Amino acid sequence: MQRIDKDGRHRETEERLRAGFDRGLAGDGAAYQAFLQELGGYLRAFLRKRLSGLPDDIEDLVQETLIAVHSRRHTYDTGQPLTAWVHAIARYKLVDLLRGRAARDRVSEPFDEESELFAAVDSDAALAKRDVTKLLDQLPERQRLPIVYTKLEGLSVVEAARATGMSESAVKVGVHRGMKALAMMIKGTR
Amino acid sequence: MKTDELIGLLAQGAGAVEPNAVARRYATALGWGAFGATLLMAIILGVRPDLREAVLLPMFWIKLAFPVSLLALGVAVAARLARPGMRLGRLPIALLGPLAAIWIMAAVELLPAAPLQRQGLVFGETWRQCPFNIAMLSVPAFIAAFWVMRKLAPTQLVRAGAASGLVAGALAASVYALHCTEMAATFLGIWYVIGMLIPTAAGALLGPRLLRW
Repeated sequence: MQRIDKDGRHRETEERLRAGFDRGLAGDGAAYQAFLQELGGYLRAFLRKRLSGLPDDIEDLVQETLIAVHSRRHTYDTGQPLTAWVHAIARYKLVDLLRGRAARDRVSEPFDEESELFAAVDSDAALAKRDVTKLLDQLPERQRLPIVYTKLEGLSVVEAARATGMSESAVKVGVHRGMKALAMMIKGTR
Repeated sequence: MKTDELIGLLAQGAGAVEPNAVARRYATALGWGAFGATLLMAIILGVRPDLREAVLLPMFWIKLAFPVSLLALGVAVAARLARPGMRLGRLPIALLGPLAAIWIMAAVELLPAAPLQRQGLVFGETWRQCPFNIAMLSVPAFIAAFWVMRKLAPTQLVRAGAASGLVAGALAASVYALHCTEMAATFLGIWYVIGMLIPTAAGALLGPRLLRW
């Protein structure tokens, strides 16, 4: 009896998400946003269960999977259950991450049933580790401050130079080198 | 960045998606691959001079049907591997069909033949060049097939690479059949197969490196 209830709930979830996704594919942005929001909840719960050893990576992976779902949405075949498609993407991203961390950590069972994906929801969206401000903190002051002033607070180079006491050319060089370093960091965390 | 913000960004920029994107991209890639292979064949190798008479022989069409059927099956396999969560079903077994057919024909050729004739059936006159030429002609289609696969979403990278390589190899063998004058099923069953396996193996090796997304 319980088994039937569970299957029924999965079917309902599948149909609801599928409807939102289909409308998104047709160009309905609001329906698509609601779909991603709900999917994010399922992904978070799904990945949390499987990444208990790497709690800091859960939100990054939720985001990465959402980006993957979005950027590869043209590969969805309308005859295929949405569950199977999303599950394969989430698992691919999970295995990719684990392979990268294999030497560091061991996590049990990355492989499981497709229906597991829609088994639980967790809609508490945390802050991702790959937060720009955190990355900025790793830069030396002479690069961090110019970026904070010119890129985040929108000051001009002259104003930033005045605020930091640096020369204008030092501000420009700091922005340039700092942005390069940030790009490297973002690549490195992938 | 907060996940909710990310979702907002993704939904904001999202337009409608063209239907049949996978099929369209494959059609484009195969078109370019076939064009490139034909051009290379025509310039470097040349079309067989007796093509006019050859098209009257059934073996000419069998020689063409063998790689073309592998090409069709290879595209079907690759298109499924390009989509997350799609199962291959019986397609890998179906790939053995054309191979089994050509090997049965080879056996029928070889059994009644005298030892010296057998040597001719196996090696023909061009066995040294054949696999290499097929591999060379597969280069444009190989690049095109990988280019398409990279924009899709393969989750089994070794298989997806191998399928892309097979598509390129089978396409190249089909084009090479217009140059090659060998007419023995035994020859096809050995050297054409090796020629197609070269890009397939290269694809399997390069898949994990080039197809990661």
